[in-house]
Amino acid sequence: MAHPHKSERPQTYEADETQLKDRLAFIDRYPNAARITRLSLSVSFTALAIGAILGIIQALHRTNVFRGLISSADYYSVLTGHGVLLALFFTIFFLTGIFTWGTSNSLGRKLSSPRFSLAWFLLMLSGAVMTSTAIFGGLVGQIPFSADVLYTFYAPLQAHPLFYAGLATWLAGTWLAGVDWFRTYYQWRQDNPGERIPLQMFMIMTTMLMWYIATLGVAVEVLVFLLPMSLGLIESVDPLLTRTLFWYFGHPVVYFWLMPAYFTWYTVLPKLSGGRLFSDPLARVVFILFLLLSTPVGFHHQYADPGVPEGFKFIAMTNTMFLLLPSFLTAFTVVASMEYGARQRGGTGYLGWLKSLPWGNPAFAGCALAGLMFAAGGFSGIVNAGMNINSLVHNTLWVPGHFHLTVGTASALTMMAISYWLYPQITGKRLQFYGVAQIQPYIWFIGMGLMSNAMHRAGLAGVPRRTAEPQYQQFDFAPLLGSMSEMRLQIAIGGSLLTLGALMFVFVMVGTWLAERGRGRLRVDSHLPEPISGASDSPRVLDNVKLWFLIAVVLVAIAYGFPIYSMVADGVFSPAAPPFPV
Amino acid sequence: MHVHRFERLWLVGALTLIVLFIGTVTYGAVGAGYGMVDATGGEVDQTNPTASDNFREPGVYNGSEPNHYDVYIEAVQFAFVPGTSEPIRLPANSTVTFHVTSGDVVHGFEVVGTNINTMAVPGQVATVTVEFDEPGEYGLVCNEYCGSGHHTMEGSLDVVPPAEFNESEVN
Repeated sequence: MAHPHKSERPQTYEADETQLKDRLAFIDRYPNAARITRLSLSVSFTALAIGAILGIIQALHRTNVFRGLISSADYYSVLTGHGVLLALFFTIFFLTGIFTWGTSNSLGRKLSSPRFSLAWFLLMLSGAVMTSTAIFGGLVGQIPFSADVLYTFYAPLQAHPLFYAGLATWLAGTWLAGVDWFRTYYQWRQDNPGERIPLQMFMIMTTMLMWYIATLGVAVEVLVFLLPMSLGLIESVDPLLTRTLFWYFGHPVVYFWLMPAYFTWYTVLPKLSGGRLFSDPLARVVFILFLLLSTPVGFHHQYADPGVPEGFKFIAMTNTMFLLLPSFLTAFTVVASMEYGARQRGGTGYLGWLKSLPWGNPAFAGCALAGLMFAAGGFSGIVNAGMNINSLVHNTLWVPGHFHLTVGTASALTMMAISYWLYPQITGKRLQFYGVAQIQPYIWFIGMGLMSNAMHRAGLAGVPRRTAEPQYQQFDFAPLLGSMSEMRLQIAIGGSLLTLGALMFVFVMVGTWLAERGRGRLRVDSHLPEPISGASDSPRVLDNVKLWFLIAVVLVAIAYGFPIYSMVADGVFSPAAPPFPV
Repeated sequence: MHVHRFERLWLVGALTLIVLFIGTVTYGAVGAGYGMVDATGGEVDQTNPTASDNFREPGVYNGSEPNHYDVYIEAVQFAFVPGTSEPIRLPANSTVTFHVTSGDVVHGFEVVGTNINTMAVPGQVATVTVEFDEPGEYGLVCNEYCGSGHHTMEGSLDVVPPAEFNESEVN
């Protein structure tokens, strides 16, 4: 590839001595944090590439366009792989990567121990490899592993013990990653008493506290029930109790996918738009609201479950609706920051400023398009959250239509976009194949537009999710709008474009990774401008993370204490259901 | 803490909208009387559901009132009993309570194109009461992954004109 700036000296080395610290790329200042970030991102992108290929197999199989690769029974192994690799490994490895960067970057110091950082990364990696081995074993007849229990691994369906052991190991790794960031924060605090917590660090801390609260449920589910069950140590489990523990974690994890996107939209997107963040205090309020409200909402995934009293579903519904507030506030901030940036760049008019935004910069375009799709996903989510309307769409194709807009676009597209900006800083290498990177967010946007609108409409016609066949023998679906074959075609085309988009992204990343260091300017500027309204404008209580953590725990106890108590009052294994290997 | 005027307006607008959303759900429950699936169905012995007091042999039963029917359905890998091998038949202009449980793993029970949509959880009984005003044919699907034959798990429900409904089909 040609380098238009070949004649220039690399930015890394052109800095003059007085401002050296500001001008160096991140990798030069914090080589260890950069290495951990790079390792986390490379696992994340590998999971993305594999997950995307599984995605197109599924889209073509289910829509009946091409079914030569797998049987309908194997479809569920592919679906499990797609779900676990993308929803857990792509997103969370990305998160550990960007949060490691954010910790060092915002505190201005290196992580406390390179060996410890490497340890948690390796723990996460080995867990991910174990889990993936169990899943892919299901596709190979001779291998005695299988785990086609889907990303929502409800008992009493049973996977190979390796699947659960891998998940537990991986989870322990994420817990230690949080410890690493908190340790680094406490060391910074010793040296900087009385100072406000830098915004990025504040976001990392609130997100991790949320993760500690939320993963407790799935840790108990896996360690106390599912792993012993798969090893034959216990004979049966209570399906409703394990299901409740799963969803106790299963909704907060949604915010864990989203938090790196919010982190990016608040701290980097305003600068990419040409301006700076509107309000630091309100950003803190938003993250506190997520910490408080994310966990006590899990019952909204169980609106259709017997055995859960209506009152607790109602509490979860109210919490869920209030959880819209931080997202509404974020929508305001993101748009306002983009407008401010556009006006700094000379944009004018009510909507004319939109033209002044850097739509050719893939990092900006990806974040902005992701934010736009998130608005649509938010509204379909309100339908899911509406306790009674939910019955129309519960477990239909509407639901994957919804979360492909949230995790599949708001999170995934933002993660890809910000990598175009972050990756050069942590490798010291100029972004390669810039033209491919420039069109990639648009490919994703169009692909998702086709796929998710068709999924939403098919869901309204009652088409179920998580099934290998497009039609049934005993009845036909009657769509309100359009025809079933047109929807299937849109899903197939959209899914193909999405896979193409994911592979284009991975291509740019691999190209950059293989590129020679020090050739050409990095083409990114790591400086993050101060917000218009800074941390000093906010009340100090916002930084009292311990207080917010305690309130969050109390809210969880209110939402879950009684229902879990009543489920275990007659014995933790009652009602008893024996496991069903699949 | 300084909050910009527009931001404050937006905040108030968002909160109003949220309260309205909660209001519509509350109205649905209290005003329109939409009953959620909840804990009132009770528990059954998962290994032998039909032996429990609150679950009978699967089939259609006369309810406590005229024109009220109870349908007991057991979902198993990969069939609804009844529903799959023969359609569930019900008369129009009737009120029907579905009692759904599972004999093995977690299944879904969805009457396609309606808001009859519940989980069949082993050891639990889900109850849903609905009114069928007009004759029609509906599909039944399992919408919760339940094993490698999940996509074959379906059935049908025929709502027939009252005159064509044969009471001898009722237990």
